[in-house]
Amino acid sequence: MPPRAITIAILAMGGEGGGVLADWIVDLAEHGGYYAQTTSVPGVAQRTGSTIYYIELFPEAAVRAAGKDPVLALMPVPGEVDIVVASELMEAGRAVQRNLVTPDRTTLIASTHRVYSMTERTAIGDGRVDAESLLEGIRAAAKRLVAADFAEIARDCGSVISAALFGALAATEALPFPRERFQDAIRRGGVGVDASLRAFERSGEVRARDLPVPDPDVIRSAVERLADYQDKRYAEEYLELLQPIRTADRDGTLLRETARYLALWMSYEDAIRVADLKVRAARFGRVHREVKAGPGQLVRIHEFLHPRVGEFADILPASLGRWLLATRWATSMVARLAGHGKVVETTSIRGFLQLYLLACLRPMRRRSLRFVREQEQIRQWLALIPPLAAENYALACEVAECPRLLKGYGDTHERGVRNFVAVMQALPQLRSCNDAAARLKKLREAAMADESGQKLAEELACAAAH
Amino acid sequence: MAERSFKREVQKLRLGAGEPFHGEGILAVTKALLESGVSYVAGYQGAPISHLMDVLTDANDILEELGVHFEHSASEATAAATLAASVHYPLRGAVTFKSTVGTNVASDALANLASGGVTGGALIIVGEDYGEGSSIMQERSHAFAMKSQIWLLDPRPNLPSIVRAVEHGFALSEASHTPVILELRIRACHVHGRFVARDNVRPTFTLKDAMEHPVRDVSRIVLPPSSYLHEREKIEKRWPAAQSYIRDHALNEFFSPDAEDFGIILQGGMYNTTIRALELLGLSDAFGNTKVPLYVLNVTYPLVDDEIQRFCATKRGVLLIEEGQPDFLEQNLHSILRKAGLRTKVHGKDLLPMAGEYTAAVVTRGVLEFVELYAPRFIQRDRLPSVVRPQPRPAAMEALDRQVHPRPPSFCTGCPERPIFTALKLVERELGSHHVSCDIGCHLFSILPPFNIGATTMGYGLGWAGAAAFNTRETDRRTISIMGDGGFWHNGLTSGVGNAVFNQTDSLLVVVDNSYTAATGGQDIPSSQAENPIRTTRLSIAGAVRGVGVKWVRTIARTYDVAGMRDVLREALTTREKGPKVLVAQSECMLNRQRRLEPQARKAASEGQRVVRQKFGVDEDTCTGDHSCIRLSGCPSLTIRPNPDPLRPDPVATVIDSCVGCGLCGEVAHAAVLCPSFYRADIVTNPSAWERFVARVRLAFIGFLQRRMART
Repeated sequence: MPPRAITIAILAMGGEGGGVLADWIVDLAEHGGYYAQTTSVPGVAQRTGSTIYYIELFPEAAVRAAGKDPVLALMPVPGEVDIVVASELMEAGRAVQRNLVTPDRTTLIASTHRVYSMTERTAIGDGRVDAESLLEGIRAAAKRLVAADFAEIARDCGSVISAALFGALAATEALPFPRERFQDAIRRGGVGVDASLRAFERSGEVRARDLPVPDPDVIRSAVERLADYQDKRYAEEYLELLQPIRTADRDGTLLRETARYLALWMSYEDAIRVADLKVRAARFGRVHREVKAGPGQLVRIHEFLHPRVGEFADILPASLGRWLLATRWATSMVARLAGHGKVVETTSIRGFLQLYLLACLRPMRRRSLRFVREQEQIRQWLALIPPLAAENYALACEVAECPRLLKGYGDTHERGVRNFVAVMQALPQLRSCNDAAARLKKLREAAMADESGQKLAEELACAAAH
Repeated sequence: MAERSFKREVQKLRLGAGEPFHGEGILAVTKALLESGVSYVAGYQGAPISHLMDVLTDANDILEELGVHFEHSASEATAAATLAASVHYPLRGAVTFKSTVGTNVASDALANLASGGVTGGALIIVGEDYGEGSSIMQERSHAFAMKSQIWLLDPRPNLPSIVRAVEHGFALSEASHTPVILELRIRACHVHGRFVARDNVRPTFTLKDAMEHPVRDVSRIVLPPSSYLHEREKIEKRWPAAQSYIRDHALNEFFSPDAEDFGIILQGGMYNTTIRALELLGLSDAFGNTKVPLYVLNVTYPLVDDEIQRFCATKRGVLLIEEGQPDFLEQNLHSILRKAGLRTKVHGKDLLPMAGEYTAAVVTRGVLEFVELYAPRFIQRDRLPSVVRPQPRPAAMEALDRQVHPRPPSFCTGCPERPIFTALKLVERELGSHHVSCDIGCHLFSILPPFNIGATTMGYGLGWAGAAAFNTRETDRRTISIMGDGGFWHNGLTSGVGNAVFNQTDSLLVVVDNSYTAATGGQDIPSSQAENPIRTTRLSIAGAVRGVGVKWVRTIARTYDVAGMRDVLREALTTREKGPKVLVAQSECMLNRQRRLEPQARKAASEGQRVVRQKFGVDEDTCTGDHSCIRLSGCPSLTIRPNPDPLRPDPVATVIDSCVGCGLCGEVAHAAVLCPSFYRADIVTNPSAWERFVARVRLAFIGFLQRRMART
């Protein structure tokens, strides 16, 4: 076997330190009696786009024997890569997609955490890709796979992911250098050495972990939620409302989905709820954790609130609320009071009191304008389901899921309501078709396809055409 | 202050004769310039030679020690014109820019330079941004070399060859009185390798000498009748001079030229890829000891006829590996062989694709087909590399392919340009959509999700020029143009603003003023706010715009003020006032801002001073998973995570640790009336005694109410 280069590809996203990792490997090799060549194509990819760093190592002993410098490639050849390091799960998938990872030779070191793509992040509902098939794919493609959440390891050690990946690389022993040499390279790098070494150590022992798939008891969490939202009685009402669904249910789906969306609808987000959640001690604790506040540090929390007349009227007693909305001068007065966006500091006494007093209105919610309105709509929707289940079970299940469209606040919520009403109005027509369930699902997805409601309009038009 | 500092690396430029140099290609080029006794260097940044400009900036003191003058040219045209210093004087000069876009801008000066010819060596170092990761259209610098009679070097992509190309580039230029282009492919620019250094050389004839003893030679000036003479001189004198220099100094290389009766002719830049292809096919070892004869063109223009004839005379057929189209070299090769009456069959674009990057995979396939035509015995079918062996793709991998999204570059975390487009989106919700003409720079990311704003981009600084035609009184709907501060100073001030004023246009220009040419790595420009010891900064864009006669000028000093931005945009698009309108949107590039401020903050905190860090967050229990906030922002730090609420299937929005607290999230939540889930946390390090006291009082009061709430 003639001497050949050790080939290494690093797939990272701009700003993730893929370059640092490449530099460590080069330094490691050059101090370990190896020729090292690295190239990259940063271009604008330095701006969060995916980037490939490519490294080739060649033993200097062989160079001396040949009396000639090796000719090293500047880009990976599909099927000819010994080691692939991917800084994120989808990037690992990209390496497989580009055939840089092959079962006959490639050791793949992949971080299983997700940095969601723009497509995934901007979806109105859940646009995430299936992480499982990504994992299965990279498992099938690699000769040897070391997969773990290296981002988490790095975070825990107050370091960067490149250090954790470097540690995992050392642990594979896929490179002809002893572990200490890796650590020396980090020390010579001279930046954040201690933290990097911690992450390096920690990532040494990891095993691939499968993502846990939780299967929650919907009804129990629903009951807890509603008791917390209003009171015990409210939770009991919920269970009563659910009774007819229990009898109509066949395989658990109908009950589970109805239970889910009934609970979410019954615990709609009004100003009282928002205030209630914002002032809780538990929430203060969570914020402290999220912003990583140290013991000696003070944390001041500011809320971005945008109260509007509508939301104000929502929490007033029904009759008063209706009067307010109907009365021009009152409306404009409240509008002026509410003003535009408000920034309220919940950690100040004044700011806290504002929200606290709002939260104290909870017992009065039952008489509020929005409560009355929502209860009426909830009952209309719920009443549809049992008879429908008898006639077309699949369709009933789809109807049960439609309140998924009702979400958000302000304009977002109004859009959701519009879409929900539009979809439900199409129901009578659909009932007659044999693939009604599929069509309703299509409509619901169309409603979540874009903000302009264009897709939904198209789908409704062609539904009407049938 | 550029994004990347080479302060440490540039010390390698001091290496003396015999010392080993380890480093990036760009740094090696700089060292080679100093070893060649260059007198002046200029250029304009742009990948992949941005780092070359940054290296030169950080090395300015070393350059001054050697009497080398270095300029950040206003544009590539300026850079090319700078080479005029080498026309009459024996001064070696080098300029650098991104190709082909930079060469397009420079071509006027290059044409005049090439016509009159040069006395001192004139080297144009272009970063050929072609293929993967390229941010521009796919074209070849080769065409410029041919049209202007400039010699084109395309050295093998290893440091010794690149360094050698620089040295011989100057000598070739002087020997043939012709400027020389050194073409470096993107990977060669960033390649890390090694070479043995030589001593730096201080030029014997200096700029001072030239300025104190000016000379002129009217026959070098481009004006008839001289220009007619230049044209003949190019063919009769300079061309043969160049060919003999290339031949005598063996700039092109032969490897096992007579091993077989077939061979490969290739661009120097394709050498490593070709050797790897041969190695995979068992036709070469890792050291480039090839069984297949190779003729490597380190000079791709002009070709040296007799070298080609010598190589081809003994060959039945040759494969020409020429990346890009049109197939200039292939046509040239055909004509040389036919004129010489050689029957050697020429392969090239018949076995390799006409267009697109010549990756190792592509070249391997091409070489395999070629060798199978001429020496099938060489090919061991059972040992072929997988890249030329079609294999069925396992189901698991096909499932995976469907899960992989493209991940294009985007605005950075906290980028001040993002809110401009957020505001634009909000205005378009009110006023309907407008025609938007884009420019070159980070702001061009607006054409991608989540903003999807922008219709065309005609070139650097040409944002407003790109909307020039939309100038009619038949509608009140105005067009919107975008231009970066980089493009503005590069040419936009005249090509865009001056043009709009002169032609009495009635449209809006938004100038994105982020204090740097951010997309190329944060280099300084006249409107940069940073103190720059070797440049004049802090000039006003608004002032310049008024200077050329724009009356309606507005400045937003904080782009994160989305509501304010939206209102000014609305005014600009609806005001009764006719005429050109310019909105200067200012906020420092966050990438550079963080680089500047982070160390200061860390230092202050460690010294016990009061430091406030701001971070945004999303309350998971009030977020309903609609993600409008993300669709209006797209910030990398504003992402999603699984919903902790077992009832809710849709992921919640979340702000991750990389958040720099720019404030956009909050501004958007307000301006777009989104949702109450966003909060801003001010984390105070080393708070004052009074602050701590107030905090304790508040905590006691709030804690009491919270416990009371928990009981009910």
